Amino acid sequence: MSTIVRDYSIPANDFTIAGEASSSVRKLLSQLGVSPDVVKRTSIAMYEAEINAVIHGNGGKAHVEIDESKIYICISDEGPGIADLDLAMQEGYSTAPDSIREMGFGAGMGLSNIKKNSDILYIETEINKGTKVNITVFFSK
Amino acid sequence: MKIPEIAQLIKAEICTKNHDPDTEILSACSADLMSDVMAFSKSNALLLTGLVNPQVIRTAEMMDIKAVVFVRGKKPLESMIAMAEEKGIALLATDYPLFVASGKLYQNGIRGRGE
Repeated sequence: MSTIVRDYSIPANDFTIAGEASSSVRKLLSQLGVSPDVVKRTSIAMYEAEINAVIHGNGGKAHVEIDESKIYICISDEGPGIADLDLAMQEGYSTAPDSIREMGFGAGMGLSNIKKNSDILYIETEINKGTKVNITVFFSK
Repeated sequence: MKIPEIAQLIKAEICTKNHDPDTEILSACSADLMSDVMAFSKSNALLLTGLVNPQVIRTAEMMDIKAVVFVRGKKPLESMIAMAEEKGIALLATDYPLFVASGKLYQNGIRGRGE
């Protein structure tokens, strides 16, 4: 199988369509016959990262590469960056405003949920430049 | 437990048309925070929530949740019903509060995570 590449844009502050990129990747993986467990783990990790880009990053981009053994996802934004990544990784820590909590997010579970559901997670972040969340999930371990 | 039985038990209206009525619901999760739902992993699951917005349907889709119950008399928006129907997710609405609706289901054999 040759590598399948997909690129999506993630609009800023638009909660009605937030998650469309993840939904589309979920459908694609199911069509490719990837196991339901991997589809679910990938969907959760990508969706949380996509929501983060909407909430914190003024929107951004999703780049996806799928080959025979894995899926690699890069969610990038040009937002404010993460000041203390270790703190942000802690469950329950959140800088999201109340308006986001009213939408059901901002519980401080996003990055830890991404970590739990990905096989490799690498986050690049720079203050006032943006954040790149690199997620890899292997199809079989 | 099948979706029509659940609807009867918690006096819920079924808002969607094209879900599979024979889907067997085995487990449930009650939450208003979608990130908490995303930390839940059980199959053939139901979500009970008081949150009404499109991200509830999106979260259910990502988590492979088969049905969502809106509690405390809340009703899903038309756009949410359309989205759920497209994804084959059943939407229900009950007047019971979250605790009571969850309790009735638990009493009748639906279980949560860690059991």
